[in-house]
Amino acid sequence: MTTHEKRRRSAWRHSLAGMLLILSSTAVALPAAAETPKDVLVEVAEYGPNSLDVMAPGANDGSQLVTWQIFDRLVTYGVKTLSDGRKVYDKDKIEPSLAESWEVKDDGKTMIFNLRKDATFHDGSPVTADDVKWSFERAIATGAFPAVQFAAGGYTDPSVFSVVDEHTFKISLPKANKLALPDLTMIVASVVNSKLALSHATPDDPWALNWTRNNDAGGGPYKVAKWTAGNQVVFDRFDDWKSGKLPALKKVVYRIVASAGTRRALLEKGDADIAVGLPPKENAELAAAGNVNVVGDLIQNEMYWLSMQVDMKPFNDVRVRKAIAYALPYDAIMKQAFYDRAVPMYGAKNVTSYPPKWPAVSPYNTDLDKAKALLAEAGYADGFSTELFIDLTSATVQEPMALLIQEQLKKIGIEVTINKVPASERFAKMASKTMPMDINSFYGWLDYPEYFFFWNYHGKNNSVFNTSNYKNAELDKLVDSAQSNDLDKGQYDKAISDMIGIVMNDVPRVPVAQVFSDVAMRKNVLGYTYWYHTHVDYRDISKQ
Amino acid sequence: MNTLITILRRVLVAVPTIIGVVIVTFILQRALPGDPAVFYAGPSANPEVVARVREQLGLDQPVFMQFLDFIRRLTHGDLGLSISSGHPVLDDLLSRAPASIELTLAALLFAIVVGLPLGMLAALKPGTLVDHACRVIVTVGAAFPTFFVALILIFVFYYQLGIAPEPLGQLNEIYDTIPTTVTGFLLIDTLLAGDTATFQSVAMKLVLPMISLGLFALAPIARITRAAMLETLSSDYCRTARAMGLSYSRMVFSYALRNAMLPIISILGMVFSFLLGGSVLVEQVFAWPGIGAYAVSAVMASDYAAVQGFVLLMAVLYVLLNLVVDLVITAIDPRVRYEH
Repeated sequence: MTTHEKRRRSAWRHSLAGMLLILSSTAVALPAAAETPKDVLVEVAEYGPNSLDVMAPGANDGSQLVTWQIFDRLVTYGVKTLSDGRKVYDKDKIEPSLAESWEVKDDGKTMIFNLRKDATFHDGSPVTADDVKWSFERAIATGAFPAVQFAAGGYTDPSVFSVVDEHTFKISLPKANKLALPDLTMIVASVVNSKLALSHATPDDPWALNWTRNNDAGGGPYKVAKWTAGNQVVFDRFDDWKSGKLPALKKVVYRIVASAGTRRALLEKGDADIAVGLPPKENAELAAAGNVNVVGDLIQNEMYWLSMQVDMKPFNDVRVRKAIAYALPYDAIMKQAFYDRAVPMYGAKNVTSYPPKWPAVSPYNTDLDKAKALLAEAGYADGFSTELFIDLTSATVQEPMALLIQEQLKKIGIEVTINKVPASERFAKMASKTMPMDINSFYGWLDYPEYFFFWNYHGKNNSVFNTSNYKNAELDKLVDSAQSNDLDKGQYDKAISDMIGIVMNDVPRVPVAQVFSDVAMRKNVLGYTYWYHTHVDYRDISKQ
Repeated sequence: MNTLITILRRVLVAVPTIIGVVIVTFILQRALPGDPAVFYAGPSANPEVVARVREQLGLDQPVFMQFLDFIRRLTHGDLGLSISSGHPVLDDLLSRAPASIELTLAALLFAIVVGLPLGMLAALKPGTLVDHACRVIVTVGAAFPTFFVALILIFVFYYQLGIAPEPLGQLNEIYDTIPTTVTGFLLIDTLLAGDTATFQSVAMKLVLPMISLGLFALAPIARITRAAMLETLSSDYCRTARAMGLSYSRMVFSYALRNAMLPIISILGMVFSFLLGGSVLVEQVFAWPGIGAYAVSAVMASDYAAVQGFVLLMAVLYVLLNLVVDLVITAIDPRVRYEH
């Protein structure tokens, strides 16, 4: 589970990019491009890791990217090729990685994993079941994001993990959980070199988090050759890697280039092979120009939306919320904020019931007359004043979106003040539930509707992501039942459909779009595969 | 003796400034909105985790205790741990400062080499084409933000003409051999290692950022040079020097320029400190691994320790710089020595 940190960039950077774009539109012809060597990949991004291990306190999105490359998991998702040639992970297929086989017994309560006997860590020591057990216990002990992600699979008590023998690892859950196995494909379920890490543990730091923050303790397909925080990470291939086919790339240089304009220029000139985190406008332009490939995959279990705090006046009235849902300038937002690098999540016609799928298309579309009528009915014929909060780190999308909404709502008498929340303040602000309206987005690593609902709508959980402060006992019950293993397929589908029906009718949050994870790359870069965490997996890539 | 007193006096004046900076940065950081403990614990953290992070950061202590702790560690050279990079702040700053200083010095050198003659020529031939050209360059240099100039330069010389190397920091990670760190200044380290190929590569990559930043400094230098030269050229002693039969060049360089140097040196000190600050934006555009880019990300992430460290470093640099400028002026102008 993570929010759209990837799209973090500030407004001025966007304006830089804009300027370069204006300039480049006057370009006559591009000079011949320089190419990087065939077995070396250069990726440019806006930000980098603050830790080489995602378990370290405060580890950021960049740390997830590093952890994914330098550690192995027991199991991983399979990969499928879509009809248009795009490759994406397959959430319905779980494949061996560090574990060459496994069996599930007792109706899913017991899982036994047989580890590869030849697998080693980067320092050459063998990977054993003890390492796996220690790594998982460590994840739960962190208490932060890794522990929450583990809890999704039913792993809250570290005593469920046990070692059978050197290469056999066992999990005995008190209650079966359908996310138990999928949860082990997550970044947080990485296997750490426990002997190496423990030799650097201190009484203050029993899990050696301070050491793995700065040092590679993994056994994955790549090892960290060099890391300069805020500047670059250099990965070298781990030639003795056994948990899969040896990757084609021998070296990967991940460079941090703050300016989006520079990133784009580097890619177009061939000094970079992959550019990530470009604003939607840049990606739209690059895709249209056709000199590089822009691969866009819809992010799973994802929604970009406008939330209203249902305990605050006047949003405690569902008619006001519906009025807003009918007033939003959806089409303009798609064009001028997302540059169509997203798909609409509004305007479903003749809805009687919803298919059991998330994200779902809302029945709302721009209809100012309806909005006015609803407002009048609620006693706000003359409108009202309110505040709209946006996330400063996602200002490239959210600022134009907020301005369009502000302009539109003025037409029905609603005066909107726009407030920008900096990154440092964001989670605290979200947790405080004091924003009358806010724009935000969420996506789940695990692609299950009830998982999304648990974080965004569940009243009892009421996580920071539930900025609407929405509480509905009926919905909570449905989410709980869908999360349990008690329902058969038909009951489960009905529960999901009913959940969607409730939130569409109550509309505490107005769905707007599901956005693409866009990765721009040179034409000779092959094999890019979309993963749930949206980072590039270097083992998939080869160069022509 | 008088010189020594002047130096001592200046050093003493610097001490309260530094103390003030320490206090102000500490208070300013705490006055900013946002809770770093919540931020670093992450969105899904439970209250216990937030409390633990708060404790780790020392933020559960009263502000006064936090300040005392800060001072105590400062005296040991411990600036704390940067949470956004995961490294000690002092290490971060020391490893990144050479890149910024190299860039800033190069930009200053560029500004002097171009600005000084430009200002002199404009003063020697007022109202001519050179003078107007000087005025245009000064206006453009002062009016355009450095990052804009940087983007234009990248667009023309890298993107269009392809004669400049890629705007990707100081070194090419793939082709260049990285010299062993001796001074931290890559231009010097590559020469010490006898690696002329890498030296060339590093020097080439310095050109565009240097010009982008240098243009910004060129304006005040050229303008002050012109004004100061105009003044000295019309002075009695210059007229007398010419009347006494001294050559034109002798009069310009020995009398007019020497006397015009005073305001120019003063402005150089100021310009240098501006450049240190201005490098922030240029570093962002060229992915330069300096302290400016570091400071920006630290501010964005409410990284108290890193911001404090950066501000302190800058303050010390400013103070030292002013000291150097004052001392140079003392050396050039005997009047300053006897003023007190």
